[in-house]
Amino acid sequence: MQLLIKKGNVFFDKTFQKKDILIEDGIIKAIENDINPSPTSLSECEIKIIDAENLSVIPGFVDLHCHLREPGFTYKEDIYTGTRAAAKGGFTTVCAMPNTDPVIDNIASVEFVQRKAKDIGLCKVKVIGASSKKIEGKEIAEIAIMKEGGIIAVSDDGSCVQNSKLQQNIMKYARNFDMPVIVHAEDYNLAGKGQVHGGKIATKLGLTGIPSVAEEIIIVRDLMLAELTRCQLHITHLSTEKSVKLIKEAKENGTNVTCDVTPHHLIFNEDSLLSFDTNYKCKPPIRSEKDREALLNGLINGTIDLIVTDHAPHSDHEKEKEFDYAPFGINGFETAFSSLYTELVQKGHLSLELLIEKMSTSPAKWLKMNTGELKKGYIADIVVIDLNGETEITKEKMLSKSKNTPYINKTLKSKILYTICDGKITYQAE
Amino acid sequence: MAESFNLLGRNMYDLDDYTAEEITAILDAAVVMKEINQRDYKKLPTLKGKTVCTLFVENSTRTKISFELAASRLSADLISFEAETSSLQKGESLQDTVETLNAMGIDLYIIRHSSPGSPQLVNKYSGKPVLNGGDGRHAHPTQALLDMFSVREVLGTLKGLKVVIVGDITNSRVVRSNLIGMKKMGASVTICGPRTLVPGHMEEVYGCTVEYDLKTALKDADVVMGLRMQLERQTEGLFPSLEEYSKHYSISKETMQWAKKNAIVMHPGPMNRGIEILPEIVESSQSVIIEQVTNGVAVRMALLFLILGGKMG
Repeated sequence: MQLLIKKGNVFFDKTFQKKDILIEDGIIKAIENDINPSPTSLSECEIKIIDAENLSVIPGFVDLHCHLREPGFTYKEDIYTGTRAAAKGGFTTVCAMPNTDPVIDNIASVEFVQRKAKDIGLCKVKVIGASSKKIEGKEIAEIAIMKEGGIIAVSDDGSCVQNSKLQQNIMKYARNFDMPVIVHAEDYNLAGKGQVHGGKIATKLGLTGIPSVAEEIIIVRDLMLAELTRCQLHITHLSTEKSVKLIKEAKENGTNVTCDVTPHHLIFNEDSLLSFDTNYKCKPPIRSEKDREALLNGLINGTIDLIVTDHAPHSDHEKEKEFDYAPFGINGFETAFSSLYTELVQKGHLSLELLIEKMSTSPAKWLKMNTGELKKGYIADIVVIDLNGETEITKEKMLSKSKNTPYINKTLKSKILYTICDGKITYQAE
Repeated sequence: MAESFNLLGRNMYDLDDYTAEEITAILDAAVVMKEINQRDYKKLPTLKGKTVCTLFVENSTRTKISFELAASRLSADLISFEAETSSLQKGESLQDTVETLNAMGIDLYIIRHSSPGSPQLVNKYSGKPVLNGGDGRHAHPTQALLDMFSVREVLGTLKGLKVVIVGDITNSRVVRSNLIGMKKMGASVTICGPRTLVPGHMEEVYGCTVEYDLKTALKDADVVMGLRMQLERQTEGLFPSLEEYSKHYSISKETMQWAKKNAIVMHPGPMNRGIEILPEIVESSQSVIIEQVTNGVAVRMALLFLILGGKMG
């Protein structure tokens, strides 16, 4: 089976060039100025041709942080609806966090998620195992056995190991098996029952604040532990100006650390919460404009390595509640690229090239995968996109089982027409 | 009466959405209501046929009674929803509760809830006007209205006055609504308390003055308001003991010496006598604390009247 993408504006060698791409057996076989199917291939095997004239062809997105909710919370999302939504958003690889029910802290659960995703075949799913059993922060999980099962990192995401001694042991032990440790940084005592950023918005709305220091104090701790243990540390969803500064300094000092940021922390500031819309309620909270600017600068100057969705589906009946009772999290797959393209690229704050690097190339490199770039011999994970098109976000059109996004009933710029994963079309616009 | 200010069908989540003119109209209407409340026959037929629901998901005594009395005196039918004996206790959502009540024909809701933003939800689910009877630490606009009414009644105006509010600022919805309302009416507000009980960004958000020392705060004060200090703040580690708090922040005859000579003393209640406010000052001629309660009924009558479109005559 061959696939030929003709006359597209191809993101090749870090620039956009008019090229054709030939795909065979899930691999990019050639990227050249003009590829014509040979008569043999026309007659002997099936070839599908995509006319990409006036369209852009970019590497498929890679998400290092999402919640597919299966097993245990399939009323919010399951592996089928989640990967379908991911494919629609242009994702060809996503990494599932382990805070399911039961928690993915054992090889059987790891294999269950991988097998199910593979059977569905809409998106490659990599599994992140728990770093502590049941993500309770009490005992180290079976990191080495889960590694045999195929996990790519460990994390207690959604929770944060409060016991510093245990965290040190997790990092020592993970290093032993070359497993990166991904940290959701939150000091529980400082965060308390906080609902929103502990800034002017909390003061104004009378909601309990989650202070910036609740994140920063854990980052300081884990940077020190990474220095001690030489473990590969990754801090996920940075939200404060100081967090960016801390990571920048640590990188300069040679600490083995990387980090990421979400689209919502790059786009919104705390004023979005003024309407009490629970679709903006997430952890870490959306912080001040100053923090948002620092995150964007950190992304541009390279302190922040990559963008993750933190796709966190929650059902309508959970979000449709009093603010204090609604769960934290924002639905992300179907709006990640288009929201960043609309709010940052089109407004001149971020180049399209850098956005692609942060959503595809950089996370693929982090995962040591031969994807994230359009290159001969690389996995054929490709998005064909109309940058002049528009995507309407409505509850009816969303493929995720949950609809908890602030973009409901809004129109975003750009329209994904095809997502190709391992050489197969996993999403095609109507 | 303020014919030019049409408050018909409006919500009152907080005072942000109300202009100084509208606030004045409400306070003016409350003057009339107060006069009616002093009559032998305390009843107006104006809201006959209207149904008002008090939806109190969080406990309250005075606010609930005050609202219910106000509705009764205007001849509205009253549904009193009790959270403890309700379906909410059985896990029914606020949405289902409101939609159920609404199906029975409620014309206006008064809600108290521990979670900020809940009044907006009640309006979303019912499409009916909602008055906020206190939502968490966010807002308590009718308390601020009755406070402003009380100040205006004694001192004639709010314009140019210095109002000092002392105590647990972080946890007070009364402070937040008063900061908005009093500033609109031309008063300047100073808040005072220990740093553990004063949230950040107060100056930026409310344009108020923040002092941590009571003596400095009270200088030239025309109005001094104490706030209830809850014992649980001590167990939360926000201050060491009520005694120590009282020593530094209580409103007493002695500390009132630092304010203007004829300054008035207020408290939204319920009071902890001997902690944030001393009995001697509660019972002094400077205190308008009991009058505040009386005024609360008049202000709430005025608000119900204006929002539900009652007719005088």
